[in-house]
Amino acid sequence: MSTHIAGMGVDVSLTVNGERVTRRVEARRHLIDFLRLDLGLMGLHTGCEHGVCGACTVRVDGRIVRGCLVLAAALDGATVETIEGVSDSGEIRDLQEAFIARNACQCGFCTPAMLIAAADLLAAKPQPTRAEIREHLAGNYCRCTGYHAIVDAVEATARRRNGGAP
Amino acid sequence: MKAPPFAYVRAATLADVFRLWAEAGPDAKLMAGGQTLLASLAFRLSDPGTVIDISRVAELFGTAQAGGAVRVGALTTHAELGAHELVRRHVPLLAEAVPLIAHPAIRNRGTIGGSLAFADPAAELPACCVALEATIVARSLGGERRIAAAQFFTGLYATALAERELIARIEFPVAKAGERATILELARRSGDYAMAGIVARAQVSGGVLADPRLVFFGVGDGPVLAGSAAAAISGKPATAQAIAAAQAALEADLDPPEDQHGSPQMKRQLARVLLARALHRLARPQEARAA
Repeated sequence: MSTHIAGMGVDVSLTVNGERVTRRVEARRHLIDFLRLDLGLMGLHTGCEHGVCGACTVRVDGRIVRGCLVLAAALDGATVETIEGVSDSGEIRDLQEAFIARNACQCGFCTPAMLIAAADLLAAKPQPTRAEIREHLAGNYCRCTGYHAIVDAVEATARRRNGGAP
Repeated sequence: MKAPPFAYVRAATLADVFRLWAEAGPDAKLMAGGQTLLASLAFRLSDPGTVIDISRVAELFGTAQAGGAVRVGALTTHAELGAHELVRRHVPLLAEAVPLIAHPAIRNRGTIGGSLAFADPAAELPACCVALEATIVARSLGGERRIAAAQFFTGLYATALAERELIARIEFPVAKAGERATILELARRSGDYAMAGIVARAQVSGGVLADPRLVFFGVGDGPVLAGSAAAAISGKPATAQAIAAAQAALEADLDPPEDQHGSPQMKRQLARVLLARALHRLARPQEARAA
């Protein structure tokens, strides 16, 4: 199997937030531009575009990835979940509420990707230490909060999910 | 920045790869996980004309034990490598190394084959392969070729791979009884490229280090095997005196270039500190290590 459509785009069919999407994309189109510019899903952000800032963190086939380091053309058959999807499903409502309660979002640029990365940690490790939270979020830059409030919010969510006080 | 325009083709089999590679011409680039390639395209450091997506080539997947080795398919992601039961049991150094490689979102996509083929001098896995005396199994139209890791890394971002040859799998010898290995690095932000790092391996008995193999990364144009430092500590316990002797011998092993992290002098200092920490860690009683 191979597709060879130089300069003419690549046909892809994938699932985005539960909906089937079929598009012809330019080969160099990365996933975040595909989501934002082709599908109008503006929740996740284009930051550094070379895999350092983490603002484009998105789920592909259940695992978090850097949206800027994945080609849309390579995702034929994949399942993609964005911040819009995990917000609408209610999956991270408690985490979002904790971010608000702890003032863990200021300008908001990093917040959607921060939520997706934090949700990934909590799914794999329901009771992370503060050091583990910092380690898991080390690939997501925040230039406002100094991270402390973000770590507080993730820790509070873990505590609440384990039956403790927020 | 946006990547330059290129054509995209996807291979399903190795036969596809070699056919598409021949058609696309010498500038074409293979893409496994894409975690380095797509960043270098975004910087426009690379203009390949055609990207050949090999991420679904079945022959390049799979981890299995064969004889005295654990075979790891080139497309194994860092996350899969660190979590695999055979790796954790028989090549535990790799499981220790994985959390140091970039960030979780990158470990979910980046592959061992990609990391070795790119041969970044600050990357962890090339140094692990040299320290563990792994064998890189390369594949071309002509068949398979086995390359010892110490011969595989030939310079800055350079490997022994020939034109239109790729990495099929890596074979790691199963750790012997009494063998210990550890990896340490210093980075400005957890997950960033190391300013300096060390992989240390030895046979340890009663606190004495035999057959030590010390490999540094981030301090040269590839993994640097520190033979003088290893000779200085060989057959000795990790006493302050023996470590000081190994640190002194290390001066002859390293010739670090200045980079964005600092001067050659700073790199030498970091390497000395890492060497001492690694030797202490190797020699520590097993119970304490497990804690």
